[in-house]
Amino acid sequence: MAPVVPRSGDAIFANVERVNAELFTLTYGAIVRQLLTDLEEVDEVNKQLDQMGYNIGIRLIDEFLAKSNVSRCVDFKETAEVIAKVGLKMFLGITATVTNWDVEGTTCSLILEDNPLVDFVELPDTCQGLYYCNILSGVVRGALEMVSMKTEVTWLRDMLRGDDAFELQLKLLKQVPEEYPYKDDE
Amino acid sequence: MINVGKIKQYSNVLERPLSKGKQEVSLSAFAFLFSELVQYNQTQVDNITELERRLEDAGYAVGARILELLCHREKGNRRETRLLGILSFVHSTVWKVLFGKSKVLSLGGVGCMGTSRLRVGSCNVGSLMGKSIELVKILQKRKVSIALGGYLVVEVRSVNDRLMAIKLVVGGLTFNVVNAYAPHAGLDEEVKRHFWEDLDEVADSLEKGTEHEDEYMISEKELLVNRFISIPKDMGAFNCGAFVAGIVRGVLENAGFPAVVTAHFVPVEGQHRPRTTILIKFAEEVLRREATLG
Repeated sequence: MAPVVPRSGDAIFANVERVNAELFTLTYGAIVRQLLTDLEEVDEVNKQLDQMGYNIGIRLIDEFLAKSNVSRCVDFKETAEVIAKVGLKMFLGITATVTNWDVEGTTCSLILEDNPLVDFVELPDTCQGLYYCNILSGVVRGALEMVSMKTEVTWLRDMLRGDDAFELQLKLLKQVPEEYPYKDDE
Repeated sequence: MINVGKIKQYSNVLERPLSKGKQEVSLSAFAFLFSELVQYNQTQVDNITELERRLEDAGYAVGARILELLCHREKGNRRETRLLGILSFVHSTVWKVLFGKSKVLSLGGVGCMGTSRLRVGSCNVGSLMGKSIELVKILQKRKVSIALGGYLVVEVRSVNDRLMAIKLVVGGLTFNVVNAYAPHAGLDEEVKRHFWEDLDEVADSLEKGTEHEDEYMISEKELLVNRFISIPKDMGAFNCGAFVAGIVRGVLENAGFPAVVTAHFVPVEGQHRPRTTILIKFAEEVLRREATLG
């Protein structure tokens, strides 16, 4: 079955307005540093980053749907592919490889081929527990939730923590049936 | 097939080769991120001054790093040591890298020191499009030391079809060049009156600009960070440009030019959205040092 969705976000990325990735990287760095100063606990920072990402995700999905022309995905496999090839490309200019599927087809890994968030970054000893890119997992979780998928998104491997790749695990928890918001017009 | 990522691993961040800085992300990605920065900081403060201060701090951190990065990459590890040099660095190099275009900057007065000779001529550059080499040759032949591009144009004001003013800084001197195309005799009285009034205004404003010798401005019609921001009425004059002001301060201060940098909205007549002006006020010691250096 040939999928009809665009398999690559290249064209979209080429057409949207873009900014220098270094401005983005350094701004993100400034945010993380601010959080570390304010919240002190690394765990709290992880949580806050995830929350920020979630906030972004629930807004970003609108732009994604509007610009990408992606229609409903037939299954979670397709969803993961679309995130890896269209979504990441469209916003961050990067792509990922989808791999490590489990038997049920509900868990997979995105392995990032590049990561603009971590340029110039090294974790000091005091921040070893920090999931520096946690904002990204939040974004994916938030965006998927808006299209009726409850997911758990976690970093399995993180090069800042000494691993050999950036691996983001997506786990589909449940598909939330769409409900018509009857109460809207009361 | 586990390891498909293309990123190479380095044991140390310093071993990683420096990127060329050509990589881009979408503007929306940045806008989303910036909006989170603002929203998060809003939860941490109870007044606008504090919020601006926090945004400025965040920007400062960016500025300090951008200075280091750009001095290393673009300047061969050299950094500007003179006031005009660093200002030019901010509004051309830094601005271009961060916001994709260089920016004109208006200056306060720079005192006139010593004597120098300047030839003034004009040349229609429009017709020389794509012939920059020929242009350079002509300029060299005629001993023209300033031409559009190579020196510091700090302000360009196009008043109307007949009036245009540019401000140049050459070798520590500030030049105001007003180009006026006077209405010819056959024209309406009204047109002439208008022209003279406008000319008066331009002349007045040039003088006003020299009141504060330590103040410099970068004016931006629509600051990148303000693109998608609308300020709620109850937040008064809050300007997210504080972040950019912080970047500028970070660059200046770490280059050894301590300054107070603030962002202000300046309403523009006939336009819905105000422009943002980044005001740079250098510390006294900087000006004293400049004066000593001559």
